[in-house]
Amino acid sequence: MDEGLLAPYRVLDLTDDRGWVCGRILADLGADVIKVEPPGGDPGRRFGPFYQDIPHPDRSLYFWAFNLNKRGITLNLETEDGRQLFRRLAALSDFVIESFDPGYLDGIGLGFGELSRLNPGLILVSISAFGRDGPYARYRATDIVGMAMGGMMAISGDPDRPPVRVSVPQAWLHAGAQAAAGAMIAHYYRAATGRGQHVDVSMQQAVIWTLMNESPFPLPDFYGFDLSRAGGRRTGRLTIRQIYPCRDGYVCLLILGGGPGAAFIRGLLALLEDAGVAPAWFKEVDWENWDLATPHRFATAQEELEAFEAVVADFCRQKTKAELYEAALKYGILLAPVNTVADLFENPQLAARGFWVEVEHPELGVRVTYPGPFVQGNLNPVRIRRRPPLVGEHNEEVYCGLLGLSRTDLAQLRSLNVI
Amino acid sequence: MGAKAFEGLKVADFSWVGVGPITTKYLADHGATVVRVESTTRPDVLRLLPPFKEGKPGLNRSQFFANYNTSKLSLSLNLSVPEGREVAWRLILWADVVAESFTPGTMAAWGLDYPSVSKVRPDIVMISTCQQGQTGPHARFGGFGQLAAALGGYYELTGWPDREPAGPYGAYTDFICPPFALAALVAALDYRRRTGRGQYLDLSQFECGLQFLGPALLDYAVNGRVATRAGNRDPFACPHGAFPCAGEDRWVALAVTTDREWRALCRVLGHPEWAEDPRFATFLSRRRHESLLEELIAEATRSWDPFDLMAALQAAGVPAGVVQRCSDLHRDPQLKHRGHWVTLEHGEMGPTIYDGIPFRLSKTPGRLERAAPCLGEDTEFVLRELLGYTDQEIAELAASGALE
Repeated sequence: MDEGLLAPYRVLDLTDDRGWVCGRILADLGADVIKVEPPGGDPGRRFGPFYQDIPHPDRSLYFWAFNLNKRGITLNLETEDGRQLFRRLAALSDFVIESFDPGYLDGIGLGFGELSRLNPGLILVSISAFGRDGPYARYRATDIVGMAMGGMMAISGDPDRPPVRVSVPQAWLHAGAQAAAGAMIAHYYRAATGRGQHVDVSMQQAVIWTLMNESPFPLPDFYGFDLSRAGGRRTGRLTIRQIYPCRDGYVCLLILGGGPGAAFIRGLLALLEDAGVAPAWFKEVDWENWDLATPHRFATAQEELEAFEAVVADFCRQKTKAELYEAALKYGILLAPVNTVADLFENPQLAARGFWVEVEHPELGVRVTYPGPFVQGNLNPVRIRRRPPLVGEHNEEVYCGLLGLSRTDLAQLRSLNVI
Repeated sequence: MGAKAFEGLKVADFSWVGVGPITTKYLADHGATVVRVESTTRPDVLRLLPPFKEGKPGLNRSQFFANYNTSKLSLSLNLSVPEGREVAWRLILWADVVAESFTPGTMAAWGLDYPSVSKVRPDIVMISTCQQGQTGPHARFGGFGQLAAALGGYYELTGWPDREPAGPYGAYTDFICPPFALAALVAALDYRRRTGRGQYLDLSQFECGLQFLGPALLDYAVNGRVATRAGNRDPFACPHGAFPCAGEDRWVALAVTTDREWRALCRVLGHPEWAEDPRFATFLSRRRHESLLEELIAEATRSWDPFDLMAALQAAGVPAGVVQRCSDLHRDPQLKHRGHWVTLEHGEMGPTIYDGIPFRLSKTPGRLERAAPCLGEDTEFVLRELLGYTDQEIAELAASGALE
């Protein structure tokens, strides 16, 4: 394959950090994604961390992470000239992605109706906190509000402290990834029919999709109670410890009981046996059929769990993350190290798969190590082709090359704060 | 009802548990014919895990399984017998897309891996999803998303700095990967439409999960800084956190990034004087006195009903939201407006509530066509109607144990 999977397609990416990852996914798959930023640059460029901790719109690592593989232009949609240029670009594009407050684009004459009249095949992707209409449509949301309203915080964190979010913002990323899925579904339909459509993504709903099996618990025809947060433990009817301290940090271990989990508990028992730390009473338990699911056993099962966990915890405390992980791989145990960001850069599996990618930043005279492709494959479906754009880096390429403006036009538009 | 985006697309779905089935669910809910290959000899683990309808365990009673398998057909097939593998081949010859998520090497042992399949069907698009990818020293690591989330840094980065990691709830990376996988699959189908060529996609849950930690990874790569869990604190907002409200374990999350939001928060909480207090007047001073500020705010929020406080703060322009429990989500007026919850009639569970599609498409909205299938519910239909087996052949297959 000489070109990316989505090479024939052009995307105008109007988003700020609320929607960046959507365009990033399409760009990774080969689409020509043009980031359209207000003069001075995307407001998200103000957020750090920054390269060498020097705040500058072209040094935001937050921006870099989700705008790799895109080109970048500036355009002031608050001016009539800017809107006219945008219409011309939209006529030549396949997707427009936006994350303005709902209704903003309609208000400046660039809503879906208008854009699809110009280009009936166009797919407009709108990313917002709660969706484009409804009682909360005008509500404002940041990451923590999304994690709260989507149900994730209530079940994350220690029971004796406030619920927590993930310390690296996630909620808008879930929205952006779902937006990419919606965009591609619309794209498939367009390929068959030529018809574009409007994709309306709710961050709240995207977060709800991360709740795993939790949402039915409170329903009367299930258990009638909400799960609560339990720190490094898993809750339901039983509380099962999941995080174990070890010599240099923590490991995560899943105990599923017998039946479906029998193979894994077998491995763990063998490890404890071989290490000579399995107490005599282990022999009296039918681990193959260790029942953690039947309601009338819950009280007993909780006691059994705690006794078992105590043995495991003592063992883990003596070992390092690496030793325990090695044992997990050897014995087939559901255990993984709680990696720090630094650990990830040393991880042999990521290294063996060539995950990390060096990207040249000529403007800084450095090569930067980026996390690599989200998917691999025989045709290299994801390619890292270009570093994130500087503010307005591709103005000339796009306005002169694509729209046929002269360099004089460009200079005038710049003076008028259109680009 | 609108048109269906994937009408006519055929999917042989050998995947199980999380990422694979959630990915093929998008295809099924948007009109593709998705055949889930299952076996009573080795049921999908999620069929064995709660929540169970009426609390009673059973292969066809888990909503954990059901929620990810709407609009699909279930074919019961034992791949460890040769007759079962012959049916699998016929299914692959029928399909446009093959999905699987076994431990790497499993499909190869059955002769159903991509090299074997692509020899016969070079136009097939095949996706494998697993914990750590098909290659490399840890490829065969079998596990669940909780472990990929621990490996991927999410546990280290969730919780309080003075406590052990709490982690985000559940198999977190299982819910990052599916939209990425879907986007790649559809891009591959688009490429096939234009070139006639199929391809193989190898999605590692570990690698895909890391996509959401980009800024922290870059911060280490270029600045050498190791991100840690920070409770609810944020480098660009103060105050920022979850504050207690009236009722048991009720909270409102809020984020203040501008002076205007700060003054509005003080006003709503009945303490306009805080905005003038030199300890709290500026972002930097608030940051310096953040613990005290959090205590004062908590005292002021404690008497509020959480939903009233959210409404008052939003009306004043402060980003705020109730820390909703699932029981709240089932009553949420916005989700009701969006039609998030969908009731479907399940073969054994009866009417049951499912999560709907997380986005709206104006022309092809998609639809949860039917509840998840009972194990093997569609075996005869798939064999006879989709794969063209005769009644006698089906009887022979059954006798061979291939349909268990």
